[in-house]
Amino acid sequence: MKFKFWGVRGSIATPGPATVKYGGNTTCIEIRTDNNDLIILDAGTGIHPLGQELLKQLPVDAHIFITHTHWDHIQGLPFFSPIFIPGNDVKIYGGLDPVTNEGIERALGVQLQYSYFPIREAELNANIEYNTIKPEESITVAGAKITPILLSHPVLNFGYRVDCDGQSIFFTGDYEPIFNIYDPEDSEYEEYQSFIDQKQQQIALAIKGVDALIIDSSYTTEEYNSKKGWGHGTYDSAIKIANEAQVKQLFFTHHEPTRTDKQLDDIHQRLKKENPNLDYEILLAKEGVDFML
Amino acid sequence: MQQTHNKELIAFVEKMPAFPKSVQRVVQLTSDINAPAKEIVRVIESDPVMTVKILKVINSAFYGLPQKITSIQRAVVHMGLNTIKNLALSVAAMGVLKPTNKADFNTQDFLLHSLTTASICRLLAERLNVKGSECSDYFVAGLLHDFGKIVFAEFDPDNFKLALEKSLEENIPLHQTETEFMGINHAQVGKILAEKWELDPVLIDAIEHHHKNNSKNLLTDCVATANQISKKLQFGFSGNPVIDESIDEILPKFELTLDDLIISLGDLSAIKSEALSFINS
Repeated sequence: MKFKFWGVRGSIATPGPATVKYGGNTTCIEIRTDNNDLIILDAGTGIHPLGQELLKQLPVDAHIFITHTHWDHIQGLPFFSPIFIPGNDVKIYGGLDPVTNEGIERALGVQLQYSYFPIREAELNANIEYNTIKPEESITVAGAKITPILLSHPVLNFGYRVDCDGQSIFFTGDYEPIFNIYDPEDSEYEEYQSFIDQKQQQIALAIKGVDALIIDSSYTTEEYNSKKGWGHGTYDSAIKIANEAQVKQLFFTHHEPTRTDKQLDDIHQRLKKENPNLDYEILLAKEGVDFML
Repeated sequence: MQQTHNKELIAFVEKMPAFPKSVQRVVQLTSDINAPAKEIVRVIESDPVMTVKILKVINSAFYGLPQKITSIQRAVVHMGLNTIKNLALSVAAMGVLKPTNKADFNTQDFLLHSLTTASICRLLAERLNVKGSECSDYFVAGLLHDFGKIVFAEFDPDNFKLALEKSLEENIPLHQTETEFMGINHAQVGKILAEKWELDPVLIDAIEHHHKNNSKNLLTDCVATANQISKKLQFGFSGNPVIDESIDEILPKFELTLDDLIISLGDLSAIKSEALSFINS
């Protein structure tokens, strides 16, 4: 199995000279199985250049797994050119939104309306299929076993574990480790903490031993103090989970949109210095590079 | 009420709004970006209608969580605060439960009874050294045990009124007069709804059997006991004037008489004032 980042940025695309090295597109990851089958995780703006690349070898057979429906994870879908070409198969997978009770078809349907886009969903020429999947129920596509895990974010968010060819990847989508909403002096504090501990154990178990953990690390710990509850993790919280889950490689992604290449490099250096004894490599997600497992 | 009416009943309850105070507070708190999460949770878990509707959505098979979610706190940990906030807001959008109904069932007194039963039930769990992580389930079970009554008051007010009146005039347990006039009692209706909504089986058992004394379920015993304590202390009123003596068979678990158990729980008036402050403030 190998994978490539096509989008590494959180919240909004950030083209410009300060983001040339790591990239300015929002979230999209291409996974290729040893059989060269295609699995795509999220459809931020990064899926547009991926789509252009795919046009070189038609027909396209793509399985797209959406972690959640915030803009930066779905915004590229209408610009994923393979959806307009007859003969292509595009299967889109995601969870059911408990608030609206709507499945993942909403991600595309909501964008393909005349007010927002010149083409309606009914006009797409590829075979589009939507699949609503459930937490912790694995499905097998293209020879890969894919397991969705509910992770904490302001909207329903699935982290995906992909097992294939004897290797494994876990991508969190957007994820803020759960914090206690009570103060230590509140009578509910302890009980709530026990729920959190249980849930954290489940998450660590789901990630256990993966070859690559790709995790939302939007903030530094200092920045996080004013961003608590926004739904994103920190570099330090990522390292903590990676330690618990004993992963083999850790990729920080969902780079904060105002973060420059220089700042990312500085943070990376500092993290390596502060964590000299990790059993695994820590890397920054970077667009356009193939990572072989 | 016939079995054939179940579908109609379920559809009716789907549209049933929550209590006015919690609807108002949910709208207020969700309009304030700085509102503390614990405040929002407190409001939701103090309203049986809001609580049950959120548990219903999350536990539905269609949604497919691998384990049952038994309390609002657990729901927040699993689903995130925003999802729970948005679900509460969608319940709030259904309007508010009218303070008066054709059955003349006092909804404020009902809410006070439900809330105090919930809090006492949690205290009993602590007393029996129930695992800390399960105590909020005891609160929820206490809160929901009489849910069927508020459904009767809205769905079949004429017959419920007759049941309430006869129960009061002749000092007969309300669940008996309910059966007489409607063919089903509040515990059975609560069970039907809880099953339809795929709530945790332990919670369903507590709702169904809170008037029985031969339960095999500690949660059900605690609900039954808390219910009688709340009634004995006249914390609110849920339409049933009879203190259930069958509780005597449960009491050995606490190794005390009902009066001694009440004394040993300390000053329970704080529970009442806290519930009242939620209902009236």
